[in-house]
Amino acid sequence: MIVLPLSHILIFSLLLFAIGIYGALVRRNIIGILISIELMLNAANINLIAFSKYTSLSPETGQIFALFVIAIAATAAAVGLAIVLALYRIRKTVQANEVNLLKW
Amino acid sequence: MPILEIAVKFGTYAVMAGILIFALGVVTLRNLFHCALCLAAALIGTAVIYVVLQAEYLAAIQILLYAGAVVTLIIFAIMLTEHLAETTIRQNNSQSPLAITGLLGLVALLTVLILRTPWPVTQTALKAKVSVMGLGKALMGTYAFPFEVISIILIAALIGTVVIAKKDDPEERL
Repeated sequence: MIVLPLSHILIFSLLLFAIGIYGALVRRNIIGILISIELMLNAANINLIAFSKYTSLSPETGQIFALFVIAIAATAAAVGLAIVLALYRIRKTVQANEVNLLKW
Repeated sequence: MPILEIAVKFGTYAVMAGILIFALGVVTLRNLFHCALCLAAALIGTAVIYVVLQAEYLAAIQILLYAGAVVTLIIFAIMLTEHLAETTIRQNNSQSPLAITGLLGLVALLTVLILRTPWPVTQTALKAKVSVMGLGKALMGTYAFPFEVISIILIAALIGTVVIAKKDDPEERL
């Protein structure tokens, strides 16, 4: 029982993605940026599943790709947060604008 | 239209609005711990959207992996760096008006594109049922190679995370 038009779901995920981009652009805290990236990946997943439900010829494809995206997002979060912890141990900061070692 | 369909429709719109509100909380709240909790709420709401789109397996995975594992990881990282993430520190940089302007343009453009595109919505796709068995067969058949690549990425990320995060104290070395 599918009751929503496809365009409404696409606009919803577009808004979610835009909010994620806003967070990634505006946050100073690196963990905040990582959280915003998770939001963006989530919006992309909604699109994948919506397209696989509404238009796909083989209905499994979109869900499989969403599974891959979830796995990659988990690894991205793990590696990113490990880098944040190492950075915090060395530089005592998690603010992105204070990490300017390579900037001159 | 039967009463159940109307209820599902408005329930879905309510969940969508809730997800957007929590997402705004994720990017605007000053206390990062509250941000992580808002993220968990938004991810669980997304799982509800998956159920509406008849992807029940994905909804379960979403709650297990995202709302379970990733949010826990983020909360751990926030706790370990906590005293710098307090509310007294400014959390945003000064790019906010510029970012909002650009994003409003992007959203307007893409909304027009979405509404004007004739999406090829087919009745066969709408009627198709995806079972967990079908997903497993596709994962082990058509997508066996990406599946193996994902497993290599997972083990590499696991080892890399341990190597990056472990204490690098020169006095402890033999």
